[in-house]
Amino acid sequence: MATMNQKRVIIEPVTRVEGHGKVSILLDENNKVTQARMHIVEFRGFERFVQGRPYWEVPVLVQRLCGICPVSHHLCAAKAMDLIVGVDTLPPTAEKMRRLMHYGQTLQSHALHFFHLCSPDLLFGFDADVAKRNVIGVAAEFPELAVQGVMLRKYGQEVIKATAGKKIHGTGAIPGGINKNLSLAERDVFLKDIDQIMAWSRGALKIAKDYTLENLEKVKDFGSFLSNHLSIVREDGCLDLYDGNLRAYDHEGNVIIDQVDPQDYNKVIAEEVRDWSYMKFPFLKKLGPEKGWYRVGPLARINTCDFIDTPEAEAERKEFMAITNGKPNNITMAYHWTRMIEMLHAAEKIQELLHDSDLQGEDLVGKGERREEAAAILEAPRGTLFHHYRVNENDQVEMANLIVSTTNNNEPMNRAVQKVAADYISGVPEITEGLLNHIEVAIRAYDPCLSCATHALGSMPLSVTLLDCEGSVVDQKSTA
Amino acid sequence: MNERTARTLLIGYGNPGRLDDGLGPALAQAVEAAALPGVSVEADYQLTVEDAADVARYDRVLFVDADTSGPEPFWVKRLRAADDGFSFSTHSVRPEAVLALARDLFRAEPETWLMGIRGYEFNGFGEGLSDRARTNLAAALDWVESAIRQGGFAEVLPAAGQPDAAPEGHETRR
Repeated sequence: MATMNQKRVIIEPVTRVEGHGKVSILLDENNKVTQARMHIVEFRGFERFVQGRPYWEVPVLVQRLCGICPVSHHLCAAKAMDLIVGVDTLPPTAEKMRRLMHYGQTLQSHALHFFHLCSPDLLFGFDADVAKRNVIGVAAEFPELAVQGVMLRKYGQEVIKATAGKKIHGTGAIPGGINKNLSLAERDVFLKDIDQIMAWSRGALKIAKDYTLENLEKVKDFGSFLSNHLSIVREDGCLDLYDGNLRAYDHEGNVIIDQVDPQDYNKVIAEEVRDWSYMKFPFLKKLGPEKGWYRVGPLARINTCDFIDTPEAEAERKEFMAITNGKPNNITMAYHWTRMIEMLHAAEKIQELLHDSDLQGEDLVGKGERREEAAAILEAPRGTLFHHYRVNENDQVEMANLIVSTTNNNEPMNRAVQKVAADYISGVPEITEGLLNHIEVAIRAYDPCLSCATHALGSMPLSVTLLDCEGSVVDQKSTA
Repeated sequence: MNERTARTLLIGYGNPGRLDDGLGPALAQAVEAAALPGVSVEADYQLTVEDAADVARYDRVLFVDADTSGPEPFWVKRLRAADDGFSFSTHSVRPEAVLALARDLFRAEPETWLMGIRGYEFNGFGEGLSDRARTNLAAALDWVESAIRQGGFAEVLPAAGQPDAAPEGHETRR
C-alpha cells in the first residue's frame, strides 16, 4: 500500500494471451524507488483439472497448460507416468525418440527467444527507437539473421511434429514409452538440413558471446546479483536436459545439494506463499526462504554442470566458465550467452541422434509393476520443471503438483526488477519507453513463460502507469 | 524449403484446453476432416514467427481464432501486413506480424483473411466448446466450405452502426 508522499509505477507487460504479469514500482516524493515487485498470476487450477483423469491421459492433457512449452509438460508428465506404470528404464528407441523431441523443443524455443525477443535489444540497444527495436527491425537491417531465426524455429517444430505426432495435442510420449519411431524418410529430411542448423546455431552463439564480452562492463551489473543455482545433472555431473538428479550450488560454487533423486524433491525444496503474489516462491529447505531461493534455466545449468557431452558446446562452456575462473557466473545478461550454448548443444544432440539406428527400433514400450506415486524432473528450455502425481487404484489421478520453470525463477526475476529499478529508474522524473524497456530487458533474460491462460483475438498493450500517493494517474506510457 | 506448393492455407489457433479458446483449432480439425481440394490445414496453440515460412508458400491464407466479443456467429475481414504486430513480452505474434515477416523475409504477400468465431467461455480449464460456440463453429465451417467451392473468400461483417459492428481493427475488439 502506498503511503503519503509515495508514487506507484505499474508496468503490465503481459497480455491475457499469456496470463497476467505486471511490475509495480513504488517511488517516494523524490522519485526514489522504495519497492519494486513483479507479479504473475499463476493458474493453479490446472492441478485440480487433472484430478480424476486417467493417468494415461495426463501427458496429453498437460500440454494445454501452456502454449509456449507444451512439449516440456508432455515429456515431464510422461516421465512421471513411466514410473507409475513401473518402467524405470525405457527401451532405447523410446528414450531416444523422447530426447530427440526434447532437443527439438529446446532448439526452437531458444531460437525464438534469441532472434525474436532478445536480439533487437542486443543489436539496436536497450534505448533504441521502439519502432525499430523489434523483429521487423531485425528483418530490415539483418535479413539473413531474421531468416535464420525463423528457419531454426521451423526445424525444431518439425522435429517435434515428427516425434510427438503433431504440433497441438502431441501424443508421442506415452506411459512407459513412445508410440512411434522415426522412419528413415523422416530421418533423411532432418539430416539434409542439420549441417545448416549447426552453422546457424554457431552464428547465433557468436553474436551472444561477442555482445556479452564487448559490453561486459555494462552488462555485468545489469539486473545482476549473487544467487544459488539449481538444475538436474547426470550422475557423472554432465549437462542433461532430459534426465538426472538435482544439484544446487551457491554463488561461489559450493555444493548445497547434489545428486538428489527426483522422488525426493519435496524433501529439499519447499514453496513459500507471499500475500502480494499469486505465484509461489520456491526455496531450498536447507537454507530457508530468505537464503534458499535459486535461479534455474540456461545460466544455472551451465553453472552447475561439470561438463557437456557434445564437443562444440563443451568448448564454449569452458570459454564461458573461464570468465569467472570456473566459479558460477551471476550476470543476469549471461543467460543469453548460455542459452545459445544450449542451442548449439541441442543441434549437436539432434545430429548425433539422427545417426543412431535405435530411432528406427520397434521396441517402443516397456512394462513394469504399477506404482501409486511418482515425481519427475525435466530441464525445460526456461528451467527446471517438476511434475508430481499420485494415482489411485482406479487409475485416476488423485493428486498433482507442478512447479514450473518460471515459478522457480520468481524470486530472481523480482531481484532483477529491483536492481534495474534502483539503478535506472530511481530519481528519474519521467518514465520513458527506454527506461521501461530496461525493466523488460531484465525480465526477458529469464525468458519467463506466462502462457497458462486463454488467448483469443486482441491484445493488451504494455502499459506503465505512474500514480501519485492519492492513486491519481500522473503519467502513462504504453508499447505494443 | 520455401517453394510454393498449394493454394489455400487455413491456420486455426487457440488452446483447446481453455474451452471456447479452442474454436480456431476446432475449425481447423473440421476443415481437415472435410478434405477440401487445394486446402492445407494447420492448428497450433498460437501463432509464432515460423508461421511466416508456411504462409509464404501459399496464394491465400485464412487465419482463424476465437473472439471474445463481437458479432455472432463469426466475422471475416481482409488482413494486411503490419509492422507493429509484435510484443516484446510475449512469445506469440499477431497474424498481421506473420504477414509482415512473410513479406520482408520471403518476399511473399498472399491474399489473407482473418476469421473471428464468437466464443463465450474462456475463463477456466476444460475441454470442449460451449453449446453456443459449437453452433457458431458449424456456421463458420459451412461458410468456409462454401467459399472454397465458389473459389474465394469475402468479408463478412455486420452493417455499420449495429451494436455488434466489427471495428476497424480487430485488435480493439475487447
